[in-house]
Amino acid sequence: MYSSETVRQHTLGAAFFALFRRDLTLAFRHRAEMANPLLFFVIVVTLFPMGITPETKILETIAPGVIWVAALLAAMLSLDTLFRSDFDDGALEQILLSPHPAAVLVLAKVLAHWLVTGLPLILVAPLLGVLLALPADAMWVLVATLALGTPVLSLVGAIGTALTVGLRRGGVLLSLLVLPLYIPVLIFGANAVGTAADGLPVIGQLYFLGALLVLSLTLAPLAIGAALRISLS
Amino acid sequence: MPNPEPVPSSGAETDAVALTAHGLACIRDDFTLFSGLDFRIVPGDVVQFDGPNGCGKTSLLRIICGLGLPDEGEVRWCGQNISQARAEYSSELSYVGHNHGVKDELTPLENLHMAQSLGRARLDIEPAVALQKFGLAGLEDVPARKLSAGQKRRVALSRLLVTEARLWILDEPFTAIDKQGVRDIEALLAEHVSRGGMVILTSHHPVSLDFGHVKCIHLKP
Repeated sequence: MYSSETVRQHTLGAAFFALFRRDLTLAFRHRAEMANPLLFFVIVVTLFPMGITPETKILETIAPGVIWVAALLAAMLSLDTLFRSDFDDGALEQILLSPHPAAVLVLAKVLAHWLVTGLPLILVAPLLGVLLALPADAMWVLVATLALGTPVLSLVGAIGTALTVGLRRGGVLLSLLVLPLYIPVLIFGANAVGTAADGLPVIGQLYFLGALLVLSLTLAPLAIGAALRISLS
Repeated sequence: MPNPEPVPSSGAETDAVALTAHGLACIRDDFTLFSGLDFRIVPGDVVQFDGPNGCGKTSLLRIICGLGLPDEGEVRWCGQNISQARAEYSSELSYVGHNHGVKDELTPLENLHMAQSLGRARLDIEPAVALQKFGLAGLEDVPARKLSAGQKRRVALSRLLVTEARLWILDEPFTAIDKQGVRDIEALLAEHVSRGGMVILTSHHPVSLDFGHVKCIHLKP
């Protein structure tokens, strides 16, 4: 066999970064698909003033809930693309057969997925807040809760996606698995924005969302890795 | 009852480099694909599994890789169960499966760079040179989706050249490959085993090597 001088095993960080960059490249080469969750988010939120009433008093009240529910559904809609193509063409097997821990490698995939689907929602949310007459004070809280909450949605959703990727029609099952776990994020997120609109402190809700983020960031990758092994066996 | 011929094991079972299977069984939907399968593979061995379609060849290879779990028995690498020595085993393993893992949206070169990042990269051979060796010169920067089925499989097999692994597990490597390609792959396998590598493959075609001989294990339904 070859001597160690001619063979180099990449560090875990290099493998993580390579996979992260690969997923961003793949997303960039599917730009049309990339815009889907964002379009869904914008369309759903803009329909509400037309469907209910253009009156600012009422819009202001429903704005936090509407924006958060739309963001949650957009995040869920985007989940299917996370592992699908890698599962179909066998790239997922290669990832799991890598000597590096699968939990860390899948985190690279989830991070890339969040950058492509979650981050645009955060960037466009203030515009939609203006559309729904959300007070300026609540705007930064909306951005903060989405910034803390959408990564949780991606991480928790990835567990469900990993479990259902082997099924032909896992869509409904995925929503049933994942939605109950999304509820705490929705409650704290929407509640924080509503409270901020009333001019009250929201630090408690933000701490809770932060705690959920830390919890899912540490535990979800292990669950995703294990779920993928089950799906592939 | 399937009754595969066991490969005579040589020497005592020590921690020397060897892949051993002990009483492997695979059951799909109440139907026993194979059971009581034992074999031992040491450096320099080429083992070919053959048998009729649906006899469990791919399932067996996935079990050997550690992707699938056997219903009975275990696979050991250097005397250790592969699920306990996963990181160590994975770094010695290259698998080209039925779904070969070549991303359609990436170019062959990008595919090989990714494979190097995930495994152990060989520094003495450039990915572009490996692609040339596999007859893909000039196609390095074409998205893989524009390649033919045979060319895609060649890209997948080029992974074997750019990463270093002692054990190659190949599921139907000759599918969609032309005659010259088959000879090239056979030469590659011979070179690998002459360096002390090990190869496990499934194929319906007889494999002829210049160096070493192919042990054939029949899986009977």
